[in-house]
Amino acid sequence: MYKQYIELYGQTADTICGHSCSVMNARRNEALERLAKAQENIAPATDGPMSENIPLPVGKTFGPEKYAHTDIDALLAPDYGLNLNRLKLDVNPYDVFHCDVPNMSTLLYFLVNDQYYDNPRDNSQSLPEGVFVGGMLEFAARFPEVAAKYYDKLASEHEDGVIALNTVLAQDGFVLYVPENIKVEKPIQLINVLQGDVPFMVNRRLMVIIENGAQAKLLVCDHNLSPAQFLATQVTEVFVGENAFFDIYELEENSVYTNRIASTLIRQAAHSNVMSNGITLTNGVTRNNYYVKLEGEGAETHVSGMAIADGDQHVDNYSFIEHAAPYCVSNELFKYVLNEGARGSFAGRILVREGAVKTEAYQSNKNLCMTDEARMWTRPELEIYCDDVKCSHGATVGQLDQQAIFYMRARGVTEKEAKMLMMFAFMADVIEQVRLEPLKDRLRQLVEKRFRGDLAKCRGCTDCGSL
Amino acid sequence: MLLEIKDLHASIGDKEILKGINLTIKPGEVHAIMGPNGAGKSTLSSVLAGNPAFTVTKGEALFNGKDLLKMSPEERSWEGMFLGFQYPVEIPGVSMVNFMRAAVNEHRKYKGEEPMSASDFLKLMREKRAVVELDNKLANRSVNEGFSGGEKKRNEIFQMAMLEPKLSILDETDSGLDIDALRVVSEGVNKLKSQDNATIVITHYQRLLDYIRPEFIHVLYKGRIVKSGGPELALELEERGYDWIREEND
Repeated sequence: MYKQYIELYGQTADTICGHSCSVMNARRNEALERLAKAQENIAPATDGPMSENIPLPVGKTFGPEKYAHTDIDALLAPDYGLNLNRLKLDVNPYDVFHCDVPNMSTLLYFLVNDQYYDNPRDNSQSLPEGVFVGGMLEFAARFPEVAAKYYDKLASEHEDGVIALNTVLAQDGFVLYVPENIKVEKPIQLINVLQGDVPFMVNRRLMVIIENGAQAKLLVCDHNLSPAQFLATQVTEVFVGENAFFDIYELEENSVYTNRIASTLIRQAAHSNVMSNGITLTNGVTRNNYYVKLEGEGAETHVSGMAIADGDQHVDNYSFIEHAAPYCVSNELFKYVLNEGARGSFAGRILVREGAVKTEAYQSNKNLCMTDEARMWTRPELEIYCDDVKCSHGATVGQLDQQAIFYMRARGVTEKEAKMLMMFAFMADVIEQVRLEPLKDRLRQLVEKRFRGDLAKCRGCTDCGSL
Repeated sequence: MLLEIKDLHASIGDKEILKGINLTIKPGEVHAIMGPNGAGKSTLSSVLAGNPAFTVTKGEALFNGKDLLKMSPEERSWEGMFLGFQYPVEIPGVSMVNFMRAAVNEHRKYKGEEPMSASDFLKLMREKRAVVELDNKLANRSVNEGFSGGEKKRNEIFQMAMLEPKLSILDETDSGLDIDALRVVSEGVNKLKSQDNATIVITHYQRLLDYIRPEFIHVLYKGRIVKSGGPELALELEERGYDWIREEND
């Protein structure tokens, strides 16, 4: 399945490298080898080198089953177009989108397809000195050492073919860099815009570096401007230093023709604190991977997500949280509401390494299947190689409580409204996790609109415009 | 005539529970339905409220002259039917305020009225809360979640006060209440009583009937009303238990 991409790179390497930067180009050959290896091992082999020192039952629970419920092969098969020559789109997203969350002004940036859109407004006035937010090419030019130190550092640890594919083909990307002890007050908002007339593949690359004691919040929104068939691969590498705080919220409101394979790779140093929350409201096929490595003592991480899906939508979240140091805390909460023929999958792996004493790791996945046709697969995996830890996991798949629906109807609330209130209540705790009040309010509205069917199809700028 | 039930039969699964109920209720009346466990008391209230778990196999019921059995549970509520649940359901995450606002506004919509403004609604909540001395804290919590048994029952009467039904069926509202809570709940019911509405009280015990004084007592046994009378019948049941009813009817 990766073969056509390996060949494509063989033919176009000069063009790709010519439009990119040396930091990115330096990593392509190694990634190409990983990609070739992934091609050989089809049915991807392991979860990556994080677990290589630990003997695991081979082939049964781990390995190929990692992608058990999403057909990556089918997603990669079409003959997609790629914007190798970096043709500019004749759309200025700043004119099309007016993305201010009410009561929350964000600093706005765009990736149009996988290309950084030069910001005509100068946001740098609103940023503390030393902070960089912008395109990968400019970052690599201005901070070559920092870029080289971090770029592909986490991605290269993974054998996952799609991550390698992204490294091979990505030409540009987005960078948020916050140096030591600086707090970025305003949330940063990145909007991924997709536009095209033919089946199209984009390879987005994001890099976030939050140095010791620094602090920032990032909101990433996915939108379409046209209903062509898209495949978006996205790799986000996040480095969070000691005592640093970072929030990343991802909101997917794509068309049903848009497929996405995204990996968020997070490395946390001692006493750092990270919140990640991935919200899938509309999409075609979505696969999100979250890899969190707690490397320093006392680090805390929250990984949450929700999916609301109907029709033929497919949402698959995979998480792997590695407790490699003592006194770390991880908290996972994923919730799905599946209607009609929608399919959902969640697999959450927690690895507590030897010596990671006083670990606290909690995982919860709760799902509602609203119809007989909806399908949910859920699988917790806990591997604990240390005593003196607190770990728990829970997974449920069920329907709305009929008694509660009757209770509300007996008070005059219509059946439809009763279900709405309950589905909304079901998602409330995922929204509660959000550490940005205006975004919370906005999410409540969006989720309610989604349940009421007002968001069934992405209307691109109109939704985003109201955000 | 507010409610007219004729030869009502109802089943759950294959099991027939109601085997021919006849009952007529006029505005302003208070009726009590008593009877031993398993007689069908809760089934009758569920069937009247439209619980889809039960199937009506025979008979008819007219409410305000309309065919009650054809109505959905919400339509019955809009028409003025209220069921106080024996076991009020906990609904995590749905706040009492949102729940009641949705209910009140649906009732208004049915009457062709505009939705209530937020401030008018909160005023109404405050006013009706006082009827059963329901704590403001409870009104802001999720529906029945973490409420004590007594608080749940008070919450039922609070909802009744909010919706001002024509016919309230209180299914064992007294069970699990201590003396003080029983007094508060019964006083609430009495305050809401008028010449235009009616109440059916379902209970095992005489003690509720000391507070809410029904004029009509019915004894339900094996899915039928086997005896009807005045308040003296309740006293007789209190004194003699249900064995004589069983003997007369088995």
